[in-house]
Amino acid sequence: MINIQHISKDFGKFKVLKDITLSLDGGECVALIGPNGSGKTTLIKSILGMVVPNAGIIQFEGQNIQHKYTYRNEIGYMPQVGQYPENMTIGQVFDMMKDIRKMPDSQLDYELYNSFDLPALLGKRMGTLSGGTRQKVSACLAFMFNPKALILDEPTAGLDPLSSEILKAKIQKEMKQNKLIIISSHVLSDLDDLVSQIIYLQDGKLIFHKSLNQLKQDTGTDKLSKAIAKVMAVPDHKI
Amino acid sequence: MNKIIRYVFVDLLRNRTIIFYTILLLILSISVFSMEDNYEKGLVSLLNIVLFVVPLVSIVFSSIYLYNSAEFINLLVSQPLKRENIWLSIFVGLAGALCLSFLIGVGIPTIIYAYSTSGLTLIGCGLLLTLIFVAIAMWTSVLIRDKAKGIGLAILLWLYFGLLFDALVLFMLFQFSDYPIENIMVGLSMFNPIDICRILILLQLDLSAMMGYTGAIFREFFGNALGMGITLVVMFLWCIIPLWLSVRHFKKKDL
Repeated sequence: MINIQHISKDFGKFKVLKDITLSLDGGECVALIGPNGSGKTTLIKSILGMVVPNAGIIQFEGQNIQHKYTYRNEIGYMPQVGQYPENMTIGQVFDMMKDIRKMPDSQLDYELYNSFDLPALLGKRMGTLSGGTRQKVSACLAFMFNPKALILDEPTAGLDPLSSEILKAKIQKEMKQNKLIIISSHVLSDLDDLVSQIIYLQDGKLIFHKSLNQLKQDTGTDKLSKAIAKVMAVPDHKI
Repeated sequence: MNKIIRYVFVDLLRNRTIIFYTILLLILSISVFSMEDNYEKGLVSLLNIVLFVVPLVSIVFSSIYLYNSAEFINLLVSQPLKRENIWLSIFVGLAGALCLSFLIGVGIPTIIYAYSTSGLTLIGCGLLLTLIFVAIAMWTSVLIRDKAKGIGLAILLWLYFGLLFDALVLFMLFQFSDYPIENIMVGLSMFNPIDICRILILLQLDLSAMMGYTGAIFREFFGNALGMGITLVVMFLWCIIPLWLSVRHFKKKDL
């Protein structure tokens, strides 16, 4: 579904992404893992067209995404920190997004919206919300429009355990509907029962892209967190 | 595109600064007109306030608003929307809200107390200045990522257009006072939208008789249709060029 070919990006002298090639298909849940500053968010933003790579092409369903915008109808994005106009209420933010996406009400996915109990908060202004509630709003917006691909940047950070479980259940459900889900997270224990593939980035380079089972086999561990710890301990990552 | 304009506009109408700005302009205009028995004198006093306050609020408020909505702009960019449309919608929303404030704060009192060509020129100039300084703020804030630097530059630009430019012109005037530089002065004034407005309005008033020979040259240039046409075109260029540059930059910007 998403095909990334040899993309590189630098901010001035600082090379954030170095020649990354990836191919991601529907029905997979991909974890994007790497130390801070390894280029995870930049990679995500390149897919969304928010960052323009210096070299290489990104294809979404076979179409080059450069200078395009309609393909984003098929992507739900949950940013690391969701910030919205302070004066707008939650209800107005939802109305605005519905206006932008122009999707008939019958096709909208209200599952998360209802399970997070957002209808009770519709009148609250965005400026008064806690970080966790903002995350809930971002999550609902990402899932609401039934996108083919979901990109979640640190989805569970700031969510309480109950909400975090609701979100994880929803992710698993969407995965079964042949959607592509990309999660970037540092909370590895959350990812264990969720993801099917692992992408490991370091210093802007793709270290490996393999299935979770393969990684566990290669490292001889049964937990993702242990496997990653083992990968990070080996200096040249030759596993 | 209309939706974003509407949301920015509605968001701004609830903004305390905008409400305060409207009320401030309203109080200033009404008090100025009530104090002066001659409406022309009132217009001159109001002119000086407008030329001082409108550019300052337009450029500084727009910069702060744009920096504060950076995350919101990111959110919009990740949606299926064209970047040009997002940016232009924000411009229209911002400029629309500030123009509305100006119309309520200065426009309505001027129409009530001083309905005349000069009064209408003042309203038109105020609206154009709002557009121009919002456009300049759009450009500087897309160029500079850092909020403090961006707002600093906005204030500097306002100082330049509001005070420094006139000081430089005065300096030149004294240095070259032995030469016939009146025509150059007309040309020079085109480099500062605030000066254009000041000249335009003063020429509508009888006061311009006090301005001596330079005033006569100005009157000759701005008094005829061609001069007015050129002036209007220059004012629109002042608005369109920064806006165009900002759109061009925003299309390629990494967010």
